[in-house]
Amino acid sequence: MAEIQIKNVAKIFGAYQALHDINLTIADQEFMVLLGASGCGKSTLLRIIAGLETATTGEVWIGGRRIDHLSPKDRGIAMVFQNYAVFPHLTVFENIGFGLRMQKLPNDEVTRRVEKTATLMHIEQLLKRYSGELSGGQRQRVAVARALAMEPDVILMDEPLSNLDALLRMEMRAELKGVLADSKTTAIYVTHDQVEAMSMADRISVMHQGKIIQAAAPIEVYRNPSAEFVASFIGNPPMNFLPARPAGAGRWTVAGQTFDGPQADRAALQFAIRPEDMQPAEQGLTALAKVVEPLGAHLLVTCEVEGKLFRVILDSDMKVRPGETLTLAPQPDRIRWFDPETTLAVA
Amino acid sequence: MSARVLPYVLILPVTLFLCLFFLYPFILVSQQAFSNGSELTLDNFREVTSHWKFPISMKNTLLLAAVVVPIQVALALLMATMVSKMGKGRDLVLYIWTIPLGISDLAAGIIWLAIFDQSGFLNSMMHGLGVIDKPLNLLSYQHPGVVFLAIALAEIWRATAIMLVILVAGIGLIPKEYYEAAEVFGASPWKRFLRITLPLLRPSLQTALVLRVILAFEIFAVVAALGGTLFPVLMGETYAYQFDLLNSRAAAAMALIILGISIGFTLIILRVLRVPKGASI
Repeated sequence: MAEIQIKNVAKIFGAYQALHDINLTIADQEFMVLLGASGCGKSTLLRIIAGLETATTGEVWIGGRRIDHLSPKDRGIAMVFQNYAVFPHLTVFENIGFGLRMQKLPNDEVTRRVEKTATLMHIEQLLKRYSGELSGGQRQRVAVARALAMEPDVILMDEPLSNLDALLRMEMRAELKGVLADSKTTAIYVTHDQVEAMSMADRISVMHQGKIIQAAAPIEVYRNPSAEFVASFIGNPPMNFLPARPAGAGRWTVAGQTFDGPQADRAALQFAIRPEDMQPAEQGLTALAKVVEPLGAHLLVTCEVEGKLFRVILDSDMKVRPGETLTLAPQPDRIRWFDPETTLAVA
Repeated sequence: MSARVLPYVLILPVTLFLCLFFLYPFILVSQQAFSNGSELTLDNFREVTSHWKFPISMKNTLLLAAVVVPIQVALALLMATMVSKMGKGRDLVLYIWTIPLGISDLAAGIIWLAIFDQSGFLNSMMHGLGVIDKPLNLLSYQHPGVVFLAIALAEIWRATAIMLVILVAGIGLIPKEYYEAAEVFGASPWKRFLRITLPLLRPSLQTALVLRVILAFEIFAVVAALGGTLFPVLMGETYAYQFDLLNSRAAAAMALIILGISIGFTLIILRVLRVPKGASI
C-alpha cells in the first residue's frame, strides 16, 4: 500500500513563493499527473516528494509513514528524470542495476531484476552498450527500467517524454501507461503537455502559480473545469468565453440570446462553451467567420462574436468561407458558467 | 578560397611556429645527443647513465613524483569538490588557492627555504616554544628526510593549484541530474563521489595528471633552492652537464631521457584513464 498524502506543503525560495499550501491525496496505485505551464511549481512539488528539495512547511506521507525528513533512498521511491540522467560511464546493465547495487543486493538478484525490467522495456539487446551509443528513445527506456528495477512503492516522473519527437512520444505514452499499470506502483507524473495528461492519468492535478486549481479525473477536468484557468488551459483550442447579463429567473443573456443558467444573484457571469459543443442552427449565437482551418478530421473556424474571439469545431464536410456569418447553437448541457470575480465555476 | 584549402591555410601559422621553435630545436638536440661530433653513436647516453649520480637522481626524481603527485591529486580533488559545493565566495576562495600558481618555482623554493633555513621561521618558532635550545641546520646531509619533506611540501604548495583549476572546470561539466539520480537511487555522498564524480572526471583527471607528471619529472628550481646538491634530480644533472661540465652532448642525452620518461608516463596515464567509446558525458 502506498497512498501518498501531501499536507499543507509550501515552498519559498528567497522572496518567491513557489508552492502555496498544497494538500493532495494520491491513492495506492493511482496514476496522478501534475499538469501546468512552466514555473507553476509542479516540478518543485515532485522534487519535494522525491527528497531533492525540502518543503518550507508541511508534511509528506507515503504508505502511512511520514517521509519528508528522510533521505531520498529511504522513501521507497524511484524517479525518471527529464534528461533521463542515464549515467554515461556505465553500461545499460549497470545503469539499470545502479540502485540495486547501492542496496547491496547479491549479484544474481541484480542480474535477474535487470534482465526482467530490460525485457519489459524491450532493451534486453542493449545491456552492454553505453548511453552515448543509444538513441533518445532508448535512453528513455533505460531510465524507466532503472526506476522499475527498484520495485518502488512510488515512481516519480519529471516530464519524461518531453525530449522525444512527437511520434515516439505517442508510442512511449501508451507503453509507459501499460507498464506502470502492470507494475502496480503509485505514479506521479509531471508534464506541461495536456494531451499526455489526458491520455495517461487516472487523475489530473492542474497547477497554476504554486496552487492546485483542480484535481479530478481527466474527463471531469475537461467537462467540468472548476475555474476559468482550467477551462482556458485544458483543451486545444480552449473553451470560449462570453460575458452574460442576468435576464431574471435563472435566465442569462449572452450576445443577444437568452440561455438557461444558474439561479445566481450576480450582476454578471461568464458563459463558457467548448468549440466542439456547437452546431449550426436556425437560432443561436451570431458569429462572423474570420479564419477557416481544415484539419482533416474536422474544420476549425475562428470567429468573432460581439467582437470577442470565438472558436468552433465543425464537421469537415461543412463549407465555410471567411467573412460568412454563422448561427451557432450551443449544446445546452455543455454550457458552463463562471463567476468573473472569483473566476470559479458557478453551478 | 576553396573550402578544401582553407583549413590548411588556417593552421599554417601555428604549424610554422611549432616547426621553427619546437621541431627544429628538438632535431638539433637529438643530433647532439646521438653524435660525438663526427658520427652517430650512443656514447653520450652510455656516459650519462653510467655516472654514479644517474641512478640516484633517477630514483629521487621518480620518488618525488610518486609521493607528490598522488597527494596533489587527492588534495586537488578535495579542494575542487569543496569549491564546487560553494555558493557565495567561491571565486574568492579559488583565487586565493591559485595564488601559488603565479609564483615562479624558484621563488617558491626560496619561500620554503625561508621557513626551513637555519635562521628561518620554523627554527625561530621551535626555539620560541622551547622545543629546541639552538637552531638546527635542517636542510643538511644529516637530515635527508627533512630535505625531501621540504621539497615535497614546496612542490605540493606550489603546483597543486594547476590540477585544482582543471578539476574545478571538469566538475562544472558534470550535469547536476546525475547526482540527483544517484541520490534518489541510494548513493551516499561518498558513493556519489566514487561512482559519479570520479569516473565522469576522467578526461579532466587525465589532462591534470599528464600535465603534473611531466612537470614533476622536470622539477629543478625548488630542488636547487632547498636541496642544492644534497638531492640530485635528473633536471639538475642536465643543468650541471650543460653549464658546469660544459658537456652539451651529455646534457642533450639527459634531456632526451627525461623526454622519454615523460612520454612513457603520458601513454600510461592516457591508457589507464581512457574513456570507452560512447561513455563520455
